[in-house]
Amino acid sequence: MLGRMSDKKDKPALRNTIEENLRKVYQEMMDEEVPDRFKQLLAQLKEAQNAPADDGGEGVK
Amino acid sequence: MSAYSKADMPKSTPENPMDPREELPHHLPAMRAFAISLTRNMAAADDLVQDAIVKAWSSFDKFEPGTNMRAWLFTILRNTFYSGVRKRRRDMPDPDGVHTASLFEKPAHDGRLAMNDFMVAFNQLSPVHREVLILVGASGFSYEEAAEMTGVAVGTVKSRASRARLRLAELLKLDEGEELVGSDPSTMAVMSRSAVRAA
Repeated sequence: MLGRMSDKKDKPALRNTIEENLRKVYQEMMDEEVPDRFKQLLAQLKEAQNAPADDGGEGVK
Repeated sequence: MSAYSKADMPKSTPENPMDPREELPHHLPAMRAFAISLTRNMAAADDLVQDAIVKAWSSFDKFEPGTNMRAWLFTILRNTFYSGVRKRRRDMPDPDGVHTASLFEKPAHDGRLAMNDFMVAFNQLSPVHREVLILVGASGFSYEEAAEMTGVAVGTVKSRASRARLRLAELLKLDEGEELVGSDPSTMAVMSRSAVRAA
């Protein structure tokens, strides 16, 4: 089964197959819903930015 | 506060440039996808994305408006990943090394390549190989962009990508003279539609 190993090249067909699969996998991962923790994190960062003197993080909502 | 919350939502447009930070949420899904492919572990991926966001946020004055923000964010994310691997061994696959494969469960009837087979094989690659395939194979970055993002020569990116593809083909046994699965576009379309996402 491994007899042709040394003949292998990065052939266009192989390359296309792999890239199609990669794009599918990547798209599936992209389609995952972004957890709320990131919205909260961005909101916190924004608040901290708007009130740089206050490092307690008690921004006004 | 406003009755027009949607209508007067600030939009970052070329005519009306805003704080580039406003664009960050747009890149979150891609950052998570890249992080998952690096860590092979959802929880670690989200921690990595969080660390990268915090770093990016405090470095936004170094971001040049008009350049590729996704490339910039990916660079920060990968640098965070590699420094984190050293410190915290972040690059730990889940038990069985196939957690992320559960995102792509699909029965492999008729012997065709299934997404979970692909993920299992992909997750066996080295981080450098996973990275180069995601950057140039999936995210659509050029070799030149990937070279800049990973801090190596363009030729290195090309040879890495080539070796990564060959290794993947070996793992998937696509090199035995059989019909290549993905060469049939309708097969790929069906596979994509029928991919089951685990929550």
